[in-house]
Amino acid sequence: MPSLNDTIRNSQIWKSVFRHPMPVDRRNRVVVMLTNFFLHLHPVSIKKQGIALSYTWCMGGVTFFLFLIETVTGVLLMFYYRPTLEWAYNDILALRDVTSMGVLRELHRWGAHAMVITVWLHMYRVFLTGSYKPPREFNWVIGVILLLLTLLLSFTGYLLPWDQLAIWAITVGSNMARATPFLGHEGPGAQLLTVGGIDMITNASDARFGLLGARFVGEETLNRFYVLHCIAIPLGVSLLLAIHFWRVRKDGGISGPL
Amino acid sequence: MHGDYSVFLDRMSGFLGGYYLVLALMNAVAAFYLWESGKAKTIFRLGRFPVTTALLWLIVSGVFIVIAPIALGGGAGLLRLPRAVEEGVNRFMDPTVYTLGSLVILAILFVFRRFFVQPTVAWIMLNLSLLVMGLSMTNPSFADIVTKPDNVPIVAMVYLLSFFTWLSAYRAVQNDDRARRGEPPLEALENEKVLVWPDLVYIELICMVALTAVMIVWAVALQAPLEEPASSVKTPNPSKAPWYFLGLQEMLVYYDPWMAGVVLPSLVVFGLMAIPYLDFNKQGNGYYTIEQRKFAYVTFQFGFLVLWVTLIVMGTFLRGPNWNFFGPYEIWDTHKVEALNNIDLSEYFWIYMLGMGRPRAPEGAGELTKLGYILLREAPGILLVLFYLVAVPPILAATVMRKFFVRMGFIRFMVLANLLLFMAMLPIKMLFRWTVNLKYFIAIPEYFLNF
Repeated sequence: MPSLNDTIRNSQIWKSVFRHPMPVDRRNRVVVMLTNFFLHLHPVSIKKQGIALSYTWCMGGVTFFLFLIETVTGVLLMFYYRPTLEWAYNDILALRDVTSMGVLRELHRWGAHAMVITVWLHMYRVFLTGSYKPPREFNWVIGVILLLLTLLLSFTGYLLPWDQLAIWAITVGSNMARATPFLGHEGPGAQLLTVGGIDMITNASDARFGLLGARFVGEETLNRFYVLHCIAIPLGVSLLLAIHFWRVRKDGGISGPL
Repeated sequence: MHGDYSVFLDRMSGFLGGYYLVLALMNAVAAFYLWESGKAKTIFRLGRFPVTTALLWLIVSGVFIVIAPIALGGGAGLLRLPRAVEEGVNRFMDPTVYTLGSLVILAILFVFRRFFVQPTVAWIMLNLSLLVMGLSMTNPSFADIVTKPDNVPIVAMVYLLSFFTWLSAYRAVQNDDRARRGEPPLEALENEKVLVWPDLVYIELICMVALTAVMIVWAVALQAPLEEPASSVKTPNPSKAPWYFLGLQEMLVYYDPWMAGVVLPSLVVFGLMAIPYLDFNKQGNGYYTIEQRKFAYVTFQFGFLVLWVTLIVMGTFLRGPNWNFFGPYEIWDTHKVEALNNIDLSEYFWIYMLGMGRPRAPEGAGELTKLGYILLREAPGILLVLFYLVAVPPILAATVMRKFFVRMGFIRFMVLANLLLFMAMLPIKMLFRWTVNLKYFIAIPEYFLNF
């Protein structure tokens, strides 16, 4: 009489899903890494020091996991939240006071703060171990872009609750763009860009306008930041993450003494 | 007033009781770990009885256990720093003292790292900092700003950064000692390969579970901030950018937005990306070390810890209404007035040095004439900046950075030198502002070009 466990494992359905037997012996522990989609990001074997927490701090992994938490909680929040002047604030208010799973917003916000911190710590570790040195130079560059995108994700999300904290933080942050050299209407050199006496760079055509979609933080900005926050930047991050992980493998796995 | 304070203390007592209990537990665990693993060091002997570090932490734990019920039982008011200390700190602290102080402290930690990385010393410092933190929490102004929901992560970040800086330095010091003895770094010792399943995937799984637990506790315990509905006519004072950009906002004190908000941040990103292509040092790849890459280490730590993190901490905790500086125990008074009489370099040159007025275009002059006069007026600053950016790199290449120049070649060296010079611009401007109230090196408000 085969056990229930065996029956399930030997069924056609199970075998069609998992392309490998249970990783209980050495051979199958190798096979599982090679034949499972989620595991194939990893090598089959790794130097013992490469997984020591005192070396890696696990900060890259933690950052990625926080990104997953942000994605899941973010999608759930999108079911509820409407990015319009009429509803944005009230929806967040309801998440706090009425909605049963309103704690998702806390998870999402604290996860965002945590992600900014862990991505800095990851960069810190990679620098302190000199892991950006050849052959990993380019992956460091991708990492810097990912760090920047993490900050932009957090920045665009900061506006969505549409409270005083949100719009004034974004106002202060985006006011800088007004002073972009040549491209901001209060930036040095912008006055030089005139055609036939007509200014090309005004407060309705400069870098800040491009960022906000308006002369000040308003409904257009809310919509713009919402789309950037939920679609454009996450797509970019996902693509770069894939390259980042792939390059870790291709550049010789986690760094270590030569 | 007194009544308000006791209400405040009641509100804090639960938190503080738990806080001191956690500190007690933390020290008890440390004591147990040292005793159990046999790693406890004997500090001195009382007769035949050895007083070990394990015993020390047990005593510290006991002290916190005594303090905890005092905080819980309405005695939180006793657990505060002496008034004189709080007021002294408030009076003494200003941007200069804070920034230079942080720099000096970090420099001391760096120079005497061999002493400070010792686990016993580090643990003492951790306990002291947590104790000061706890005592400060009974000050309403301090508690107000530290417990703002969005500021809590920054407190966590400061501790996390301190811990990881310690950890990396601890291992770097060991590796540097080993290198001096001709031994391979610690990271080279565990060379044998292990299978990723189960060794790595289980670590990942445990990290994921632990992190999920932390996030859920954090989310339940601390409510996300939600202020009044957005209003474009009611400007809060102070208006602050999100916390991770507060270093940039702090730079606005010294530079105009086009520098502080656009040029310098872009150069930070560009400079970070350029690091692997500028660092020609082949040593220190894949293990912690300081000695073998001292220049890279010091430059990065100066940029990250001093120019980025301490400025964020100042922008978050010490900048209040009108972006005025407030001590950590000071009430944020909207009406605090700070005299601002900063002077442009051109004023210094034409008015104070030469004793004449600044050159000014005659009435009704053409655009080009006006521009000529502006350039003449700002000539001292323009020449100074040109000298800084054009003449200093070759001077560096010929003198102190000669080896860099030879190893790197012309283009790479110029990129490195210019990035370093731009990085140094902020501290240089700070020094001029603090010492001679310098406003701008170059002030051309006519073209929004103030520098």
